[in-house]
Amino acid sequence: MKFALLQLRDPSAAEDAVQETFVAALQGAASFAGQSSVRTWLIGILKHKIIDHIRQSSRERPMALAPEELVTADFDDCFAADGHWNETPSHWGHPDLSLEQSRFFAALERCLAGLPANTARAFTMREVMGLETDEICKELKISTSNCWVMLYRARMSLRECLEINWFGNPAAKQA
Amino acid sequence: MIFYINCRQASRKLSEAADRKLPLSDRMTLRIHLGICDACTNFSQQLHFLRRAMQAYPGPS
Repeated sequence: MKFALLQLRDPSAAEDAVQETFVAALQGAASFAGQSSVRTWLIGILKHKIIDHIRQSSRERPMALAPEELVTADFDDCFAADGHWNETPSHWGHPDLSLEQSRFFAALERCLAGLPANTARAFTMREVMGLETDEICKELKISTSNCWVMLYRARMSLRECLEINWFGNPAAKQA
Repeated sequence: MIFYINCRQASRKLSEAADRKLPLSDRMTLRIHLGICDACTNFSQQLHFLRRAMQAYPGPS
């Protein structure tokens, strides 16, 4: 449920998507080959249901982008006047070890929740659902350049958030 | 052909490279920049990790 809510940002749409997932799973139970866990299989179905909901909602009301979602000026502080990093991105060591900790994903969720809704939606469509940018543009009815700006904003924000709240914060991993 | 870019420009190009195949000149420019810039090399590795993390989401009990 949290997975759907994070991406749809609408409790009733998220509930619908989860419900439709269980209905589809019951109807297609015979097709479950057991090659992955049931949870992985259900999440795979849920991803498709979430895309269906995004398509439906963008058909019903085109996405209204907040002005701040289309500018990158708020990242100017990351760079000096000569274009070099003000605070250089640190080396994260062996970050993949974090992928085995549910606490890391809780931190990632908090960072994702801090993104503007449409930016988070475009980013999860790209990185979780694996859609190409032209598909995202078509589904969200935005231009290619707007899409790239939103994805850049998402990556800059998430990178900075994880650096502060996870990789640069040993207490977060131990607490 | 411009082969020098600063970190701000490199960060944009690295993000764009995650979404489409960049023109050859951009790829060469980025490669040259990453060869001399540890900060952007770290940034590039972080973007790759971010993709792996999102694909592993919602993660493990």
